Amino acid sequence: MNDMSQDTYVTDDGRTIGGVVMEMKNITLRFGGVVAIKDISFDIRQGEIRAIIGPNGAGKSSMLNVISGFYNPQEGDVFYKGKKRPPMRPYKVAQQGIARTFQNIALFEGMSVLDNVMTGRLHQSNAGILSQALWKGRAEREEVANREAVEKIIDFLEIQSIRKTPVGRLPYGLKKRVELARALAAEPSILLLDEPMAGMNVEEKEDMSRFILDVNDEFGTTIALIEHDMGVVMDLSDRVVVMDYGKKIGDGTPDEVRNNQDVIDAYLGVAHD
Amino acid sequence: MPDQLVFGMEVFLNGLMAGVLYALVALGFVLIYKASGIFNYAQGVMALFSALTLVGIMEGQVPFGHIINAVFGTEIHHFGWHVPAFAAILLTMGVMVLLAICVQKFVFRHLVGQEPIILFMATIGLAYFLEGVGDLMWGSEIKKLDVGLPQGINSAIDEATLGMFGYGFFIDNLDIVATLIATLLVITLVIFSQYTKQGRAMRAVADDHQAALSVGVSLNFVWVMVWSVAGFVALVAGIMWGTKSGVQFSLSLIALKALPVLMLGGFTSIPGAIVGGLIIGVGEKLFEFAVGPLVGGATENWFAYVLALVFLVFRPQGLFGEKIIERV
Repeated sequence: MNDMSQDTYVTDDGRTIGGVVMEMKNITLRFGGVVAIKDISFDIRQGEIRAIIGPNGAGKSSMLNVISGFYNPQEGDVFYKGKKRPPMRPYKVAQQGIARTFQNIALFEGMSVLDNVMTGRLHQSNAGILSQALWKGRAEREEVANREAVEKIIDFLEIQSIRKTPVGRLPYGLKKRVELARALAAEPSILLLDEPMAGMNVEEKEDMSRFILDVNDEFGTTIALIEHDMGVVMDLSDRVVVMDYGKKIGDGTPDEVRNNQDVIDAYLGVAHD
Repeated sequence: MPDQLVFGMEVFLNGLMAGVLYALVALGFVLIYKASGIFNYAQGVMALFSALTLVGIMEGQVPFGHIINAVFGTEIHHFGWHVPAFAAILLTMGVMVLLAICVQKFVFRHLVGQEPIILFMATIGLAYFLEGVGDLMWGSEIKKLDVGLPQGINSAIDEATLGMFGYGFFIDNLDIVATLIATLLVITLVIFSQYTKQGRAMRAVADDHQAALSVGVSLNFVWVMVWSVAGFVALVAGIMWGTKSGVQFSLSLIALKALPVLMLGGFTSIPGAIVGGLIIGVGEKLFEFAVGPLVGGATENWFAYVLALVFLVFRPQGLFGEKIIERV
């Protein structure tokens, strides 16, 4: 990484964007003969909201899965906090401070909302098993601290009223919010959101957008999100990567991207020749 | 007090004790089923295997003695030492953890995401494999297991009831010990799964693999842990049953008695396994006592299964099973 990338700047609305936390370098991902991602590079900076957009099948979700360790790319390197990251299993990636949500929601349906969010803090506790069982010393302090942090997030996302409800009984929009709460509970360095607005009505979309902005503003969380709905993304994000057919066709501020001819073509469906 | 009632009380108490032993086996099933969705047919064989190993270690038997002798023409059977019971139990636990690691590494790791029926078939294979390995390692003759648990009639209860009803109850000391140990075991397991980080991780994995990965839980680690805990429960059950009726092949068949217990209690509930075990234990003993003479006896063979069948009709998720929530 060069020195330029470490520069910090202040956005129009007064948030400070720091240096590069994560850099993807020449990532190529293949499934058999199918190339899902072709030689893509981009970076994510501290404190920003970074969007990855593109039409369906562009390889956005694959890219998110590469970042979160669910897929390991055949070529290219991932740099995290300045260090090259070796191929890694998803749970290790999560332990390193990269939390995520899923497009199709992956929650613990049988557990209550509170328990679900508490699992987000699993790797925040280091007390010995005996200490935990006896509820003494370190375990007690950790559990109390964990509960406090979790309650704060639950308040923040306005899901206090359903704290004790089993997640299986919740409607779709609330489930999405609980999943966001669980990811936030891990106090991630980078929060990955896989189509946070998919399948929502306008009102729910507005709520979710507000929560994403608030999370970023309040906790300073770095957020990388995927969306295929361009309108939503342009209002939310600081910088946007545009993908099409596994390739990067644009990268920059929403305004830059909006005026990029390749991006317009991809979205309006100009014949590829 | 009429004689029938007094006898009935004795039968009831003995039924409770028998129920505790059923519950012990059922517990092993519940643990693995909860955490991995695998119905572990091999649980009974695991109890047998752990009891065999325990006896073998205590007696200083040479593992795979028969094969070694056959191949090298030697005549070794024993190392010539005896290991104290407590140390032997610890060593056996080590063997069960090793077994858990192997089961995960060589079998279930390769079957992640497969249909439940395939996982079930794998455990049947595992059961026969383990049975064979147990025989090869320690021989197939019936063995006596004595880890120093008290056995025989409890004279205090005998005398007290003799004074009260004019008839002394026969309650086996071993059953009393088994009850105490089972209670302790269950309390430990509940605390473990509800209040520790590892327990929470276990419940997370049981619920959703992908979600568990995304919050930093290693599936492999949790599964090895679960199989180890199930191995530990199998060992406790193996010690109890082995002390009671000798370490022999039929020990593995107690797994079949655990099935109706599970249907009553629900496959996913630890308290369910306990209550289910007690109901079956008491139910079959009382039924045999009350109805047995009228129908020519031997009702204990089928009572539990019929009761389970009735439960399947009216409450398929069992007494304490997780409610089946369906959203359309």
